[in-house]
Amino acid sequence: MPDDDAIRCDACPVLCYIKPGRLGACDRYGNRDGQLVRVDPHVVLDRALARGASVVPFLEREQEWDGNIVSAPKTFVTAIGAGTTYPDYKPAPFIISSEVEGVDMVTVVTEGIFSYCGVKVKIDTDRHLGPECNLVRAQGEAVGHVTTGEYGSQMLSLGGVRHLTGGSRREGTVTCDTLLNLCNGKAVELKVDEGAAVVVQAGKPPIIDDVLEERMRVGCGSATIGMFAKQWYGKVDEVVVVDDHITGVLSEHQAGKLLGVPETGIKIKGRRSTPGRYFQVAEPGTAWGGTNIEDPLAILQPFKAKIAWPGLRLLMVSTTGEHHAYFELDEALRPVQKDLPTTLSESVARIKENCEPALCTVLFMGGAGGSLRAGVTENPVRLTHSVRDALTRVTCGGAPVYIWPGGGITFMVDVSRMPENAFGYVPTPALVAPIEFTLRLQDYADLGGYMDHVRALASIMPEEGHRHVSARPDNPWPLFPAKTPESQS
Amino acid sequence: MRERAEIRLLPDGRRLYLHDGPIDVILEAFGTTSETTSAYDAAARRFVSVLDELCGELSILRQPLTADSRQPVGTVAKRMARAVAPYAARTFITPMAAVAGAVAEEILAAMTGAAHLERAYVNDGGDIALHLEPGQQFVIGLIDDRPDRASLFGTAVLEASEPVRGIATSGWRGRSFSLGIADAVTVLADQAAMADAAATIIANAVDLPEHPNVFRVRARDVAPDNDLGDHLVTQGVGDLTAQEIGTALDGGETRARTLLTEGLIRAAALHLRGQTRIVGFPLHSNTLGNHAGDRSLVHA
Repeated sequence: MPDDDAIRCDACPVLCYIKPGRLGACDRYGNRDGQLVRVDPHVVLDRALARGASVVPFLEREQEWDGNIVSAPKTFVTAIGAGTTYPDYKPAPFIISSEVEGVDMVTVVTEGIFSYCGVKVKIDTDRHLGPECNLVRAQGEAVGHVTTGEYGSQMLSLGGVRHLTGGSRREGTVTCDTLLNLCNGKAVELKVDEGAAVVVQAGKPPIIDDVLEERMRVGCGSATIGMFAKQWYGKVDEVVVVDDHITGVLSEHQAGKLLGVPETGIKIKGRRSTPGRYFQVAEPGTAWGGTNIEDPLAILQPFKAKIAWPGLRLLMVSTTGEHHAYFELDEALRPVQKDLPTTLSESVARIKENCEPALCTVLFMGGAGGSLRAGVTENPVRLTHSVRDALTRVTCGGAPVYIWPGGGITFMVDVSRMPENAFGYVPTPALVAPIEFTLRLQDYADLGGYMDHVRALASIMPEEGHRHVSARPDNPWPLFPAKTPESQS
Repeated sequence: MRERAEIRLLPDGRRLYLHDGPIDVILEAFGTTSETTSAYDAAARRFVSVLDELCGELSILRQPLTADSRQPVGTVAKRMARAVAPYAARTFITPMAAVAGAVAEEILAAMTGAAHLERAYVNDGGDIALHLEPGQQFVIGLIDDRPDRASLFGTAVLEASEPVRGIATSGWRGRSFSLGIADAVTVLADQAAMADAAATIIANAVDLPEHPNVFRVRARDVAPDNDLGDHLVTQGVGDLTAQEIGTALDGGETRARTLLTEGLIRAAALHLRGQTRIVGFPLHSNTLGNHAGDRSLVHA
């Protein structure tokens, strides 16, 4: 049967035995020096000072000695397109060594298949997307749910093993597609049960029920009162900052009291929390301040006749300044809308100005299972310990990750810091994400690494089939040692 | 990593592309929009499990079939077995010789079973299954073996009234191994899997045994699990004299005529080093430029 030097490709069920230098039946996977590799472009991060051209042909790179006696390698091999060896206990597709500041570093590069994975989506908006816990659907299939809201944002939790594998085949497929598209920076339309339709794309403003969200709130209604009370003092008698969460009222608010703003006899619907702070003034929605109201007067009851006075000046504004209206009380103490005085338009503009652009941000979250870790070392749990001890740096397509405390290697990464199209999928269904483990060569040997599979960085280039991309200047360079040798003694 | 089958419309919005492992299919259906939509849906649904089914009995399909051997059970595998059966007694052949044509047939059958189509073709890496309603026709173009200087050297009009529903091409330069030295042998037959098997058989017969300028290696030395095993497969062909080319083509032509007489093929075009032999081909002279694009099937 098969020769010793042939390797078995597990990219498809044909399971070709491929001889060195040959391709499998598909012409897509091949045996390069005993390693199963994809002929598709393999992404290599070039450490460039500026993020100019995103794709740099290898031979045009600066090759001359830069004058440093020990120069850090300016190239880092990412796992994108590296292929994977799942589910076998065999070395990862690429194990690459390079010298950094005199320390031999090893980067183990693989693409992990993540059945346990998902994305956390932060959508900067006050608009109500739907009740918490309600299902979020893509193409009609449940792919996640609305989770607890955060400052100025609605949060979605999508994917996870239950939607990927626990539901119908179609639910799993659609979930996988949704995660893949979000992670690769594509726009995805999501629908919340009993809620809004929202178009989400990493790094772009959300589009909620066909309306492009532009700004993130400056703060809750109460906080807005606190921030702008001084600017309103003397120019207006009462200000109501309409907010679905906490509506603020200037004359009753601590900030107003401190300034000596007199009572106005205003009566707000909803539940009073502390002075000048009201909950539930309306139903959640996509209008004023994330409520369902189009007419702000709807949250007011008649003014108290004993306190209010004709001519009282009232400003109503939302937490983003996007909605605002100015009223004066007539003889019957009824608010009558008037043009916003120029003295107040400045403060409304200032609210807007202090609102940051609304964005959708997508964090990929996945857990590196035992078999992936086994591609790094013969003793997988040691890799976990090494990551815990900060001897091993984990990156995802060269981007920094946050490692969740506790067991396993469960990490989160901002997909917008990764190279384009870094993610793939398998029909399980599951997502394929790049993951790189970088550590000192000695540490790699100590944790039972595949020392005989370590290849010098120079040996994999120049070769065809590598895609060079510039490193992002805001990402830490993956090869700088996590700990200096001195600090480990 | 098992990649998922890829299914998408090509940028022209008309043709469907299917890919899974080593299978690459381009297909097109002609009819009302609702019928072609149903056909594409049926094609995609059928396609996603084809590779897994084949791989489930790959070991059987890589052996020559005899009356005693275990018979394949999958519908694609059965098409393969049927297509190679006529050759089993006279030469070495495994069902794998008809895999591409059988897949094309199977996808086409799924499409025509689900929708009423005027015409359709399913092209699996050059092995093509055709559907023609009465009165319909396809024009096929044949191009030279070199993609870098592709030139149409002839056309054939396939009418619904004629029995041809399958086209296949074999040669040593292709993705599959060949025992012969033909650059390309294109066969028209009643079904795609039949054409596929016959093209393999005829291309193997275009040969110059023991010729020093033909470089051959054992198939297993290149691809350890290939169905051709210890058979010598062609990896390169050096200079040949015009007479040698003629001799090689003679062998293929003789084989093709035998198959034609037996009704296993309807026509064949044999190509080697710029020389062409036509057997039973309704080939028209090289006037392809006049044909409308969507009526032409360009076949490499």
